[in-house]
Amino acid sequence: MVALTINGRPQNVDAPDDTPLLWVIREQLKMTGTKFGCGVAQCGACTVHLDGEAVRSCQTTLKSAAGRKVTTIEGLNGQHPVQKAWIEEQVAQCGYCQSGQIMQAAALLAKNPDPTPEQVVDAMDGNLCRCMSYVRIHRAVLKAASQMRAARPGRPT
Amino acid sequence: MSAIRNDPGMVDQSRRSFLIGSAATGLVMGFADPLGVLGAGEAQAAGRLAPTVWFDMGADGICTLHVAKAEMGQHVGTALAQLVAEELELAWRDMRIDYPDADPKYNDPLLGALITGGSWSVNFNYETMSRAGAAGRITLVEAAAKLMGVPANECTAKNSRISHAKSKKSMTYGEVVAKASVDRKWSADDLKAIKLKSRAAYTLVGQSVPALDVPSKTDGTAKFGIDMFVPGMLYGKLKLPPVRYGATVKSVDDSAARKVKGFVRAVPVEDPTGTTSGWVVAVADTWPAAKAAAEALKVDWDLGPHTKVTSDSIIAEAKRLQADGSKALLWVKEGDSAGAMGGAKDTLEAEYITHLAIHAPLEPQNALVEPKGDTWHVYCGNQFATRSGGIAAAILGVKPEKVVMHQFVMGGGFGRRLDCDNIVAAAAAAKAVNKPVKLIYSREDDMAVDYTRPLTYQKVKGGLDASGKLVAMEHDVVSSWPTARWQIPGFLTDSADKKGKLDSFTVNGSDHWYSVPNHTVRTTLNELAQAATPSGQLRSVAPAWTFWAVESFIDEAAAKAGVDPVEFRLKLLDGAGKNNKGAARLANAIRVAAGRAGWGATELPKGSAMGFAAVTSQERATATWTACVAQVTVDPKSGAVKVDKITIAMDVGIAVNPDGVRAQIEGSTLWGMSLALKEKATLKDGRIEQANFDSYTPVRMSDVPVLDISIIANGEPARGCGEPAVTVVGPAIANAVFKAVGARIRTLPITAEAVKAAMKA
Repeated sequence: MVALTINGRPQNVDAPDDTPLLWVIREQLKMTGTKFGCGVAQCGACTVHLDGEAVRSCQTTLKSAAGRKVTTIEGLNGQHPVQKAWIEEQVAQCGYCQSGQIMQAAALLAKNPDPTPEQVVDAMDGNLCRCMSYVRIHRAVLKAASQMRAARPGRPT
Repeated sequence: MSAIRNDPGMVDQSRRSFLIGSAATGLVMGFADPLGVLGAGEAQAAGRLAPTVWFDMGADGICTLHVAKAEMGQHVGTALAQLVAEELELAWRDMRIDYPDADPKYNDPLLGALITGGSWSVNFNYETMSRAGAAGRITLVEAAAKLMGVPANECTAKNSRISHAKSKKSMTYGEVVAKASVDRKWSADDLKAIKLKSRAAYTLVGQSVPALDVPSKTDGTAKFGIDMFVPGMLYGKLKLPPVRYGATVKSVDDSAARKVKGFVRAVPVEDPTGTTSGWVVAVADTWPAAKAAAEALKVDWDLGPHTKVTSDSIIAEAKRLQADGSKALLWVKEGDSAGAMGGAKDTLEAEYITHLAIHAPLEPQNALVEPKGDTWHVYCGNQFATRSGGIAAAILGVKPEKVVMHQFVMGGGFGRRLDCDNIVAAAAAAKAVNKPVKLIYSREDDMAVDYTRPLTYQKVKGGLDASGKLVAMEHDVVSSWPTARWQIPGFLTDSADKKGKLDSFTVNGSDHWYSVPNHTVRTTLNELAQAATPSGQLRSVAPAWTFWAVESFIDEAAAKAGVDPVEFRLKLLDGAGKNNKGAARLANAIRVAAGRAGWGATELPKGSAMGFAAVTSQERATATWTACVAQVTVDPKSGAVKVDKITIAMDVGIAVNPDGVRAQIEGSTLWGMSLALKEKATLKDGRIEQANFDSYTPVRMSDVPVLDISIIANGEPARGCGEPAVTVVGPAIANAVFKAVGARIRTLPITAEAVKAAMKA
């Protein structure tokens, strides 16, 4: 048994230590918002937060997540400014990569509230979108950043 | 598409009646069985109405459109719902969509099958959806008038409400559904007689309403096939032979696999349909266990006849077939191209190649197959449920009606999910263990057995007269024939001289709208490629290679004639004969793109240049008029091509949802760039060499150039918008490279090495 905290809820998982966190989240805990795309950290569809850092859950073992805070797309509750910007910009096409894109963007903005357009590209370049909705992803990240800054008390943009 | 309707296996549904009736759940509206003569009430009593429902409305006034099209990112449900709601006079807030299980009741009324592809969805369903919505509105108005005791012709419907101005009475749609008993049948002629709204009166069509499926794709709640669970299910992982096609299993040694905790069984796939060859499924209680077991399996294969086939050997065979010519079938035969070529002042010829390309939708192929009593349930996203369900039945050894296909939104389709190898393997495994099995391909599996875009070889010859006009063109296309692989006779087309059947999905686009009076196009099946690399329909299909050749060649001809490539094209678009009107629309798109990009009016630094291309993909009958300017910079040392800007102008007729159209053009433009510069698959020893996104490398955000997209919406019938840009970007880039550094590249994808070599030459 491995103890994890996922989206604020303690979970005990019965699986081998080396099981990728991705398969635990999706198939055992049935939280299917996180997606399997490549299995080798090349596409970013499986991105989740581990203690606030964006990680590829296909390359994160269950054991290495033990005792740490995992946040998945479900943990953003559809209320994150990145998600709101995503809808305003009508980013999603097939939608399959978007959970990973959103988790990657949310982690970027938590660290860097005012990224340059180039910094957005650098942060998002590991996340593949096969529908190639990149123009809108880029726009939505910058929009979310500006909306988050505007929402912070005493910090007008 | 008349070819499809002629297939005796598919029913011509264009004459079906439209029924509207009250049911326990509210009002149901749908097309009747084509042979049905019952009214809505009778049909419902006989259990016949439910199978025809297309949309329904509850007493709460909520209307649900059952989208029988595969949703894979094109938001097709939203566009179709806009068409229905427009004529239904439904408030948009009352519209919902869902994706029903596959059943012939939802067949495309024109295509007569459950299939999504070819940019056909809005194009072909525009009028049907509009008339269905209008019939619903008229029926609701009649029922409301009766309830209110006023004449129907004095009532108006707007925003889900029917009003009678004189008496100031009004009812919501929901109230009518709750109180009225409706039983109305619309014959095909009745439907045709309905006067539809004028475009000027549209309030929803032409508006960028937010897509109905976007929120669920933003919060992780959208359910894809891979997200399905049923109680007691096991997992499957493929063990594939080291050759794309032709292997057979001699024996399976599972002694090492049995040491994997959770391993259940190794199932060699018995496949009389020939969809798969030599596949084994490792079944276990988790996917990681199934993967470990698959790796531990020792399979002894007979690898079959294709172990020596390479991309190069396929090209060599294509060249031999083209030179031989005896197997070529005529697609276009106009005038006397051989004679005209002899009388031409100048001639030129060139060979064009497009390499294999992999679909790689981000959701790997998967399927969950579940036995339930004497019925089998199949859960996965699929673009061609009519065919896939039949093949599943063949694998399971049951009649097709014992297979229920459950539809899901798809994590990308791009043509990959027209095929059903995933269902075949999952069904074989589920049948063997008699338990539900969820098969998930690894990315490596997904790439290894992709139904790739075919490797194509084309040879084009042209003749210019004394004035520099292109007067003769001969064009040979040699490739595998993806559509022929399906063995559906209705998908094949008579050759121009009726001497044989050809796969028109290998030559569409070569029958371009330029007036070349002496024009011959022939297509030849490359049987070696057909056998060794089963190919498929990849987003934009044939026009992605035919326009690669045509638009590169036109550029070469313009250079030979010493004429500006835009001027050269406009001169050929004279609209003579069969090219009437269409040529003018393409010319207009060309003028818009050239103007937007500053063609001929922009000074660029050395090594940078603009290139032009214009296309009418997909088919002549469904042409979307598209022009493109690509601006590139070529590194003189390495030959590397950087795309700085792409300008697209596309005449789509009507943009039902302009922002949705724009999203499709943005994505497909980058697809065109990706296929032109980044995506190359190669065959070696009979297998695809690329295995994951480290070796097969679609465009990422850092590659994205400036995009300038102009949507020309001129009120002509709506045309597909998700594919044409894929076909136009490649030749525009190559033509820009030629202008920038004088290197003429005739092979896709364009590599830095090839540019560098051509610069030296």
